[in-house]
Amino acid sequence: MLELIGHTFMQRALLAGTLVGILCAVVGVYVVLNGLSFMGAGIGHASFGGVALGFLLGVNPLLTAVVFCLGTAWGVGLVTRKTSLREDTAIGIFFACTMALGILFLGLTPGYGVDLFGYLFGSILAVTRQDLWLALLLTPAVLAVVALFYKELLFVSFDPEMARVAGLPVDRLHSLLLVLVALTVVGAIKIVGIVLVSALIVAPAAAARQLTEDFHRMMWLAPAIGAASTVAGLLLSCWLDTASGATIVLVATAFFAVAAALRRGILPTG
Amino acid sequence: MIVELDRVTVAYRTVTVLEEVSLKVFRGSFLAVIGPNGAGKTTLLKVILGLVRPVEGTVRVFGRDPRHLGAERRAIGYVPQTAAVDRHFPLRVADVVMMGRYGRIGLVRRPSAADREAARRAMERTGVTHLANSPLGRLSGGQRQRVLLARALACEPELLILDEPAAGVDVPATESLYELLRDLHKDGLTTLLVSHDVGVVAAFVDGVVCLNRRLVAHGRPEEVLGSEELAQMYGCAAVFFHHGRAPHMVVARDECWS
Repeated sequence: MLELIGHTFMQRALLAGTLVGILCAVVGVYVVLNGLSFMGAGIGHASFGGVALGFLLGVNPLLTAVVFCLGTAWGVGLVTRKTSLREDTAIGIFFACTMALGILFLGLTPGYGVDLFGYLFGSILAVTRQDLWLALLLTPAVLAVVALFYKELLFVSFDPEMARVAGLPVDRLHSLLLVLVALTVVGAIKIVGIVLVSALIVAPAAAARQLTEDFHRMMWLAPAIGAASTVAGLLLSCWLDTASGATIVLVATAFFAVAAALRRGILPTG
Repeated sequence: MIVELDRVTVAYRTVTVLEEVSLKVFRGSFLAVIGPNGAGKTTLLKVILGLVRPVEGTVRVFGRDPRHLGAERRAIGYVPQTAAVDRHFPLRVADVVMMGRYGRIGLVRRPSAADREAARRAMERTGVTHLANSPLGRLSGGQRQRVLLARALACEPELLILDEPAAGVDVPATESLYELLRDLHKDGLTTLLVSHDVGVVAAFVDGVVCLNRRLVAHGRPEEVLGSEELAQMYGCAAVFFHHGRAPHMVVARDECWS
């Protein structure tokens, strides 16, 4: 175990994992409180189409994934506004369409093999120096945007109509939130994988919600749980020789289960 | 004059919700818009708040189109129906009240000492100071309504707009809420509220507007409440008894629900 931590790849994975755990959880607070969990899953899965297109074109798959995630966020908003459909229906359409495109692109790409597996399910070995740089840039950038628009994002999440009456640019703030979700998904893909990324966004924030009735406290608790989940999950996956992404998500889920039990008095509170 | 509607018509797709409604709210007045469910009361408020655009007619709030009010927006305090507010959102009362200041504080900035002072005064005025640290989810209907009122007052409005302030609030709490509104009005706050509860409102306001898609009647409470128009609006004979402080409406059951 200690030996493993001495390896560069493990240090890189732990650092990237901590950053991504914090990032996902902070954005996750807004996702959970706005009822956007399915949107998170939709944007997460949309990245599959983007990653596959990256393989086909021979460019960095994360770049094409950003385009797909942002495109889905924008497209869902457009379809919801222009038709009488509910948002979850629009997400359902984009979810399937982007996955189908991904499968089509992969069929056209010769020999994608091992790399793809890392994107789909996450892998510590797949965390490159570039991925670490991405996490090092993306996390502070997204957190800075959240800090700047902290009270506006809170107001829009709690009471969008009142926020509109107060003169806040509600639609633009909602779009900003979706852009943050899209960027977060891309930042987390290599750690937990496309399939599980939305769980890392939702679970720590949901656990934090169980532990407090105070928004500001939730904003500290969620990233703490997120970072603890990724670090503990990565170490556990090395120790038990299990898939890292799945282990991280299961640890985060365990945090949620314990938090929910504490809230309901099933477990004694200290 | 603070609010002026001139022949305002609102339609959602093919359904007409408001038809040629003209209305003036003068500075210092306390006006209640009453009408049955589905009469377009909430829509009327949304038109005034600039949330809904009329298909015909003009709206002026502080002399301007409410959808492009700019800084004048801060002069409107709005209390939505309590049911429209997410009770399960993790927020403490003080945070909710502070939101009333957000429009004034401006993007990116943090609340100042002056903002905290305004929020504190608003909580004191509505009697929720002792609840400042309580989570929103643990309040009663009446307490929640006072917190939302404190939020509206925190922006130091010239015009206060309330949507069904008595919904989900028990009778004693409703009376004391209306008493508070009357005191605020005495201090010079122009107040406009909508309610389907004809009786209680009338004892406190100085003007009543009856709305049922169209404007049915408009005048002082005692004029409007006994009127033929009101009876027609509710589609049955309505009689008002002055019982205690609040007139109560009694409708002849067999005519209405037979």
